[in-house]
Amino acid sequence: MDGGGAPVMVDAVRAAPRRSWGAYWQAAPFAIVFLLFFIVPLCLTVAVSFWHYDEYSLQPAFTLENYEEVFDGCIAKLPSLCVTFATYLSTLRFALMAWVCTLVLGFGIAYFLAFHVRTVPMQMALFLICTVPFWTSNIIRMVAWVPLLGRNGLVNQGLQAVGATSAPLDWLLYSEFSVVLAFVHLYTLFMMVPIFNSMARIDRSLIEAARDAGASGWQTLWSVVIPLCKPGIVIGSIFVLTIVMGDFVTVGIMGGQQIASIGKVIQVQMSYLQFPIAAANAVVLLGIVLLMIWALTRLVDIRREL
Amino acid sequence: MRGASVELIQVSKRYGAALAVDAIDLKVPEGSYCCLLGPSGCGKTTTLRMIAGHETASDGNILIGPREVGHLPPAARGTAMMFQSYALFPHLDCLDNVAFGPRMRGVDRATRRRRAMEMLSLVRMEGFAGRLPAQLSGGQQQRVALARALVTEPSVLLLDEPLSALDPFLRVQVRAELKRLQTELGITFIHVTHSQEEAMALSDLVVVMNGGRIEQAAPPREVFSRPETGFVARFIGGHNVIAMPGGSLAVRVDRMRLSPRLVDAAGEGGLPARVETVEYQGSFVQLRLAPLDTARATEVFAAVPDDVFAAQPFAVGDVVTARWAEGEAHPLRDGQLPADVPALEEIAP
Repeated sequence: MDGGGAPVMVDAVRAAPRRSWGAYWQAAPFAIVFLLFFIVPLCLTVAVSFWHYDEYSLQPAFTLENYEEVFDGCIAKLPSLCVTFATYLSTLRFALMAWVCTLVLGFGIAYFLAFHVRTVPMQMALFLICTVPFWTSNIIRMVAWVPLLGRNGLVNQGLQAVGATSAPLDWLLYSEFSVVLAFVHLYTLFMMVPIFNSMARIDRSLIEAARDAGASGWQTLWSVVIPLCKPGIVIGSIFVLTIVMGDFVTVGIMGGQQIASIGKVIQVQMSYLQFPIAAANAVVLLGIVLLMIWALTRLVDIRREL
Repeated sequence: MRGASVELIQVSKRYGAALAVDAIDLKVPEGSYCCLLGPSGCGKTTTLRMIAGHETASDGNILIGPREVGHLPPAARGTAMMFQSYALFPHLDCLDNVAFGPRMRGVDRATRRRRAMEMLSLVRMEGFAGRLPAQLSGGQQQRVALARALVTEPSVLLLDEPLSALDPFLRVQVRAELKRLQTELGITFIHVTHSQEEAMALSDLVVVMNGGRIEQAAPPREVFSRPETGFVARFIGGHNVIAMPGGSLAVRVDRMRLSPRLVDAAGEGGLPARVETVEYQGSFVQLRLAPLDTARATEVFAAVPDDVFAAQPFAVGDVVTARWAEGEAHPLRDGQLPADVPALEEIAP
């Protein structure tokens, strides 16, 4: 890279085509990685989703039967939900709950860090503390909840000791609560970082100008801070929603393998080597997630903010 | 809109151990244009922010009109502030920026948009109502910021270095605009600046500050013709500060009279000095002189009218006697020597 700047500039004037090749070469390594490990598998997944399979074999073909199977009877059974619709609904519900919780928490923490912590070293220290959940593996993190939330876990013992409950609470572990808790624990940081980034760019004199114009604290938050944080909120939301929509490990472990999610469905089908229908499910999921991202980016032009 | 007087009584501001503003007293009459002038770090912006309510005074009282406002939030003081970087809301267009204050105070949509439009036309920006701040030039943003500050009908407008971000040509234009608005609206303007030229051109009352204290508060002509301290004399410019047996004096550069030094001129007042540089400036000639007695001043300047200089020219190296009429020398309160104050070059942006 060093010393490369000046010749490129000269080339830009003298021979534009060579310069553009140089740019392609620079982009090539990442493009190749991206192509090999993302585009090719994705194309294969789409291709396999049209294959035919039976108990013994996979046959290359172009058939829509996998997609028909995914949505088997879904329209006919309405208004009662078929398995696929019910699973998507459950997954969406988790995504929504995790999104609301991470948004509220992430926004709150980012606000505190950006506007109330005065010194940069202190901000850095608190930021590091926020990354503590990532200092160990996902599985260990989730297993660690068991002694805390289990029937005879710390929380239940504590609650009983202070007399808040007479019997252990069952909904603490292997429940929707514990799934959402694990999601929030893991993904609040993904929401917080982009929001903090947006907040750090807000000129402090804007807050004063709002106050000068007679805005209360809440009015300033609502009319100045939140609109200016929108890009961060959208980027964080994309992170959280896409991760939660495709998750099957957290739902599996924290839900005690009792809660359906679309990721879990795909994983089970793969474990039975039913690759074509798993692929069809994956393509549908991909489509839905892309639609969600598209809808979010309609709200804010994030490209302008990056 | 009606102006209100602003009065500071023994106002101080401490940041930990540091004293930013040191027990200042100031009375700004209603409807006047007041400039707080001084080098950076002199406490002028802190003073402005305390009047605005964006800083709380550590000590003392702030009165706007007859009311003590020390405990009131900014919006309840009847002041409005125009920020140095304008602080326009980047996500709102000009009209919504101006209508922000009324919106926060619960004024209905139609009324606040009409009022905002009136303010935009007052600053001749009505054609840009739908633009975002990023689509405006610095001067245009400044006008919108002014409209936004005026829409709440303040009795005191506080301006924090409003012209510093503009190029010199625009600065002179906007300066005239500010003065026009102040005269038309009749409200009190308090304007922070580090440019003595700006302060001279605009104000009815110049408040020269240094080190958290007020050095002199007076009409511009008085500040210029009779500086009270060595700091003011140096900061305002156009003065020589000369140590004399009875204390320091300030003499205007254009009131220095030069004559060839006569050895038998004993008994007469004056400052013998060697000519260091001679610069022709059109209507006058600027001479830099090095006094022979460096205890009295390290250097002094003389601006000699061009016809006077032509009649009696001096060359570099000549030894002259600089004199001044009795009434032109103003004794300085503190007798501060020029070496104690920062040079103008360091102060200017």
